[in-house]
Amino acid sequence: MKLITAVVKPHKLEDVRAALETFGVTGMTVTEASGYGRQKGHTEVYRGAEYEVDLVPKVRLEVVVEDGDGADVVDVIVKAAQTGKIGDGKVWVTPVESIVRVRTGEVDGDAL
Amino acid sequence: MTLMEINAGDTAWVLVSAALVFLMTPGLAFFYGGMVRVKSVLNMMMMSAITIAVVTILWVVVGFSLTFTGDHGHVIGGFSAAGLKGLIAPEAVSGTIPTLAFVAFQLMFAIITPALISGAIADRATFRGWIAFVAGWTCLVYFPVAHSVWFLDDGKGGWIGDKLKAIDFAGGTAVHVNAGAAALALALVLGRRVGWRKDPMRPHSLPLVILGAGLLWFGWFGFNAGSALSAGTTAAVTFVNTQVATAAAVIGWLIVERIRHGKATTLGMASGAVAGLVAITPSCGAVTPVGAIILGVLAGAICAFAVSLKYKLGFDDSLDVVGVHLVGGLFGSLAIGFLGSAAAPSAVDGLFYGGGAGQLGRQALANLAVGVYSFVVAFGLGKLIDKTIGFRLTEDDEVTGVDQVEHAETAYDFLGASGLRGHNPLARATAIVQDAPAEEDTKEGANA
Repeated sequence: MKLITAVVKPHKLEDVRAALETFGVTGMTVTEASGYGRQKGHTEVYRGAEYEVDLVPKVRLEVVVEDGDGADVVDVIVKAAQTGKIGDGKVWVTPVESIVRVRTGEVDGDAL
Repeated sequence: MTLMEINAGDTAWVLVSAALVFLMTPGLAFFYGGMVRVKSVLNMMMMSAITIAVVTILWVVVGFSLTFTGDHGHVIGGFSAAGLKGLIAPEAVSGTIPTLAFVAFQLMFAIITPALISGAIADRATFRGWIAFVAGWTCLVYFPVAHSVWFLDDGKGGWIGDKLKAIDFAGGTAVHVNAGAAALALALVLGRRVGWRKDPMRPHSLPLVILGAGLLWFGWFGFNAGSALSAGTTAAVTFVNTQVATAAAVIGWLIVERIRHGKATTLGMASGAVAGLVAITPSCGAVTPVGAIILGVLAGAICAFAVSLKYKLGFDDSLDVVGVHLVGGLFGSLAIGFLGSAAAPSAVDGLFYGGGAGQLGRQALANLAVGVYSFVVAFGLGKLIDKTIGFRLTEDDEVTGVDQVEHAETAYDFLGASGLRGHNPLARATAIVQDAPAEEDTKEGANA
């Protein structure tokens, strides 16, 4: 199984969620996040004093999928989250050793 | 002198104006409170609130008497009305209003003036030090300055208003230059905040700032138009000039921001409004509405530049009391010398209206004298308080936050607001409710 983590622009969350649902992904975890990449942050001005704000708001979403679906899911997320502008985010894949559904005790593939 | 009869319209207007001016101090608390960091908002508001309490008592006991009765050397009054003696009698009349209406109206000025100073020392003053300063400065500076500016008695009154004939309709000199100079002194006495110019010290809530600016603007109609002390033409002219100059100052400030930084900001809008209100205060009875537009635009622009003075000169006037009130008040007061029109209630022509430079000189001298006096006394008093009962928080306490250290409170419960309210494993504080009835008592009460 693979854990797919994506950090994307907040306004693209709904597009990504819809695309993943169409693909058959049934659940995900979404967290508000902040950070920066190459685009850095932004500048705010208060009575002439400028403040560099390094962190920009993002959402981080996590889904666990079967090994064979990993590449496709990444592709779906990238397509749905892309605007072509700087700050679109990142998607990465990490291996998952095991997974348990808390309600039933089912493991691995059955727990997804 | 024949006793004038009380006029109901005038009395109603002055009492309503007193209430309007009162609202400015809570408005100031929001204005300043929104501009500080989360850890200091309550203390900032408390500094305004405590001036309401302390100055009200001082005003009744000696303040009104020292400011508006008798005269000693054209700088201070006497004690003949201490405790407001005799002023609750029906025959106590000032002009066309009961003297107590005037007492109430002027009290609100005495309250907000020291409250204005607090913005210069945000985040870092002991509460006891501030209380001591408010009491001392009000007695040593506000009462004599207000007497000098506003106690008129056919040449036997205060030296600024009655002898020098400098114009200060509603308090540009007595309130704003006075408070602004004291603010500069205290900023120097207390020194810079820990991390000034290194740590971000952004306003924690601009909506609070806007709310405060709105309340200030609303209350300012009482401040300026109420100073007519009657419900007539003068009140109407000053009301309109107040509105016009303030609107113009918003535009002036925002133009400067747009040119310098590329954006028109919300804080700039609120600050421009306050700068305009400050600048029109001394001159609202001396200029025409067109004069008020010119005065307002310039005041907004000048104050927008003036707030960066602190970075150039290296003093931490935290919320720009010097840049807005000292500079704005000074500009508005001097502007009378240029833009004053004989057609306005004060009936003085400035340079642009064919008058000479005399009025400009009188305005300059009045403000120089008040500014220097207020600065020197505030500096000395601040140092004295710091050396005795302590005025500056320790570095540790300042970093922890003045709300928690001085008031045992914090403004916002972020853990409780996380959606896990009532069941937050991270909030491990124990609730100790003092004087709560025992559980059995409560049950009995419920059954009864």
